[in-house]
Amino acid sequence: MELIQQLVNGLSLGSIYALIALGYTMVYGIVKLINFAHGDVFMVGAFVGFYSITILELPFLPALLISMIVCAIFGVLIERIAYKPLRNATRIAALITAIGVSLLIEYGMIYIRGAQPEAYPNDVMPTSKIDILGVSISSQSLLIFFVAIVLMIILQFVVHKTKIGKAMRAVSFDADAARLMGINVNNTISATFAIGSALAGAAGVIFGIYYIKIEPLMGIIPGLKAFVAAVLGGIGIIPGAMVGGLLLGVIEALVSAAGFSLWRDGVAFVVLILILIFRPQGLFGKNKREKV
Amino acid sequence: MLKIEDINVYYGNIQALRGVSMDINKGEIVTLIGANGAGKSTLLKTISGLLKPKQGKVLFEGESIGGKAAQSIVKLGISHVPEGRRVFANMTVEENLELGAFLRKDKAGIKQDLEKVYTLFPRLLERVKQQSGTLSGGEQQMLAMGRALMARPRLLLLDEPSMGLAPLLVKQIFNIVEEINKGGTTILLVEQNANLALSIADRAYVVETGSIVLSGEAEELTASEEIKKAYLGGH
Repeated sequence: MELIQQLVNGLSLGSIYALIALGYTMVYGIVKLINFAHGDVFMVGAFVGFYSITILELPFLPALLISMIVCAIFGVLIERIAYKPLRNATRIAALITAIGVSLLIEYGMIYIRGAQPEAYPNDVMPTSKIDILGVSISSQSLLIFFVAIVLMIILQFVVHKTKIGKAMRAVSFDADAARLMGINVNNTISATFAIGSALAGAAGVIFGIYYIKIEPLMGIIPGLKAFVAAVLGGIGIIPGAMVGGLLLGVIEALVSAAGFSLWRDGVAFVVLILILIFRPQGLFGKNKREKV
Repeated sequence: MLKIEDINVYYGNIQALRGVSMDINKGEIVTLIGANGAGKSTLLKTISGLLKPKQGKVLFEGESIGGKAAQSIVKLGISHVPEGRRVFANMTVEENLELGAFLRKDKAGIKQDLEKVYTLFPRLLERVKQQSGTLSGGEQQMLAMGRALMARPRLLLLDEPSMGLAPLLVKQIFNIVEEINKGGTTILLVEQNANLALSIADRAYVVETGSIVLSGEAEELTASEEIKKAYLGGH
């Protein structure tokens, strides 16, 4: 029974990783950039959610929405200001810029509001325990998992059924061919940053509710782990990021359950090393073959 | 319909087109022939807006399009079937065709054009739900052409439609090109197979190292000794 509880915890944690990993993978898919500032967008999302709940006294859902909208705008600003001018530069230049942007957001946040942590109020969501077949599961875990799944379903719908989603897939496959279809590549890239950042914002809010404590440097470790999750699933592949995130959460929970909780953070990077050695294209990746 | 005046186009510091001028009249099939690397594809890319001319003018129906973004040029009625087809291999045939109509909002018209494309290329109808990456080269060519037609272009730019295809298939593709032209679409065709291109074209331009060295009626050029020797494997 202990095992099942750990699995549920792992899935909740994993769904947070998955939401962040989606942004990494979507942005990589379209501009081939690992946006290392993405974990910090997650942090900003957590704070926007926190202030919406405490200062504006909003309930969970409106706070979640506000955080997503603010992060979407923030993500587009980052792209327009920092990455767009480097679109034709070398990839390493964009990557280094991403690290710079990441540090700027982290320490910009500390400059604005100080480095002290905040605690999410614990009455945002009901905290009862639910008994299912003798397993006691916190309603928060379930709710987090549920919110994440709903967001991922919406994302799948957007990517596959809407015009902007089709444009995103077309641009990520072949930007010039997409231009010839009349697709505005710049706007499509901005939309990708907006959607990815909104998901990170949502992840920030549910992280705050689940783990209570938030602080300006909180984005670093979850950001890196979500990056691992994206690579695990296959970078650039949306379902890969979802599965990679959930899997990583479960692996961490199982490692904790086995009594190695001190190794929790390390295990993600062991996973990264293993996947890079044995299956660098990720679980969902295909070896690229081209038809001539 | 299309008027190009003395354009120079560069890739970085390398000049790819030097003082190229040409005209295309409504309803024509015009072909560009010339060796690999002569600048034929560059010219098409300049017309469709993927490249911008450094000097000179590109006029489409009197409007200057030389500096416009590719997506605005599609809207004006120029579609470009790029070299190597460039179909979206990760999407189905149907999704590719829908993307061709990306800028259009007239649902009825789109549906009508979709039917038209399927009549023109029945093979595509058989493979509607198939991932386009799994299509054969010929089918991908058909898809790329169908996708371009979905924008309802008045000028269609075709880059090497015969590349890598079996002779029988090439013939079929060229028949369809003629059919599209008869439907009222003006065509600018880039082709390595000069014989074939001249056989369906009204007029031709010969491109050599970034400049136009010769132009005229297709029949005239087919008969010309110079062309025979250089491009038609003349005997």
